[in-house]
Amino acid sequence: MELVPATDQALPPGFLTARSGRATEEYFINMGPQHPSTHGVLRLVLRLDGETVVEVVPHLGYIHRGIEKQAEAQTYLQYLHLTDRMDYLSSHHNNHAVCLAIEKAMGIGVPERGEYIRIIVDELQRIQSHLVFFACFGADLGALTCILQGFKAREYITDLFDAVCGSRLTMNFFRPGGSVRDVPEDFTDRVRAVCGKVDAMLAEFDRLLTGNLITKERARGIGVLPRAEAIALGCTGPVLRGSGVDFDLRKKAPYGYYDRFEFSVPLGEAGDSWDRYLIRMEEMRQSLRILEQACRSFPGGPYRSKEKPAYRLPTGTWFGAVETPRGVFSTWIVAEKGEKPWRIHSRSPSLANLAALNPMCVGHKIADLITILATIDPVIPDMDR
Amino acid sequence: MTLRERFSMVFGGALSMFKGMAVTGHWLSHPKGIVTEQYPENRKTLAMHPNFRGEVVMPHDAAGEHKCTGCSLCEKACPNGSISVLNTRNLAGKKVLGKYLYRLDSCTLCALCVEACPFDAIRMGQNFELARYDRSGFELTLNQKEGR
Repeated sequence: MELVPATDQALPPGFLTARSGRATEEYFINMGPQHPSTHGVLRLVLRLDGETVVEVVPHLGYIHRGIEKQAEAQTYLQYLHLTDRMDYLSSHHNNHAVCLAIEKAMGIGVPERGEYIRIIVDELQRIQSHLVFFACFGADLGALTCILQGFKAREYITDLFDAVCGSRLTMNFFRPGGSVRDVPEDFTDRVRAVCGKVDAMLAEFDRLLTGNLITKERARGIGVLPRAEAIALGCTGPVLRGSGVDFDLRKKAPYGYYDRFEFSVPLGEAGDSWDRYLIRMEEMRQSLRILEQACRSFPGGPYRSKEKPAYRLPTGTWFGAVETPRGVFSTWIVAEKGEKPWRIHSRSPSLANLAALNPMCVGHKIADLITILATIDPVIPDMDR
Repeated sequence: MTLRERFSMVFGGALSMFKGMAVTGHWLSHPKGIVTEQYPENRKTLAMHPNFRGEVVMPHDAAGEHKCTGCSLCEKACPNGSISVLNTRNLAGKKVLGKYLYRLDSCTLCALCVEACPFDAIRMGQNFELARYDRSGFELTLNQKEGR
């Protein structure tokens, strides 16, 4: 659809000053902030021509809590518990990024067992997050069995987190130098049991949704994100890899012990919604592979290096980045003298991936917008912080 | 799209839908694998994991004594000011814990206070039903007797 500059019409804020050259009248509607398919309090203002999407403008700020400003009044340890509340589906990864930055700054090492615990817990959470994606993707497309089955498979992992970390969602588990407590004796057996259950569920999911012709037709060719555009918009994670860009921090800049494990990074070809779906399904299988290897060589010894009475970072800027289920989460700490940071900035994957929503939606129908938004897998508190 | 393709799409779609429905039907007839907790009904038998982080509690022994010395390390560790340790002096002039104020409404259950405590005086309890009928119910005094 060709957009021509408008002169006669005042547009709502956020829209480009251009309108379609068609004779039909365009109209604007709100999707959200209480729409169930926006996965939270995301408000999308749609500019429609009939049922065709002309432009989408996301409005953020409904769940802004000022976490970055709050961080300036808190010690580094206290800030850790706030990162749980950004992207609640990958709280371990967020903690991990902050811990990496603090460890780099203070020269804290992590014992072998600590690194293994981190990798196992991280990968479990990656599976958990992708299971939520599967559940919501299915539900958004109208397959309501998916949301029950996806959350059921997720419950196995959530229950394990409850037993190990003490909480189901905001775990607050990692600390600089390791984790807050050791894992129980039978941890690897429990992880193996969970992996077995999840593996069986994945086979079921393939029958339920992956092999479904209707789903395939609704997702294939919908929301194509070209490779160059994905890079230009700063997308990361499955959104970027769906467009065929081989970029995974676990491979490209391995943190922890990721270079010790064998796994592959699935890539898409077309860059459409179906590719992004398939990549997440395959990533779960790759995470199961990592978990299997980690459980086989799970070492003994200390789980955390010696705890410091207070974490005072040397003056300077420190950076830590991890690959969360949604892409690269990185934290940038400007430290000054004392226990509190001068400024902390977080780069969240959801916000950058949301930038790709408008280019992906243009020209598709409203129903396809739901599909596209689901395959971005947005977490709204992560965008607003 | 030719007529043949259109027909194969319609019937293929219906077929794959039945395949998916077979999964739904399987779980309908095998409810044992379902993980749902029948929560209000199983309240009496429901046990949380030992590490579970509920509201902060201060364990007291049989004589009604606790281990808190009023050092207020937990107050410093708390990210959102949910804890106030109000100290007082006993008859001998020694500093002791007067009131241990705990505001449940601003607590995020992060357990940083429990980590900071060098005396194991507080721990995260097992109670997860934290709703109250009144806002005043969220202001808790954790020590049972004042001045100890």
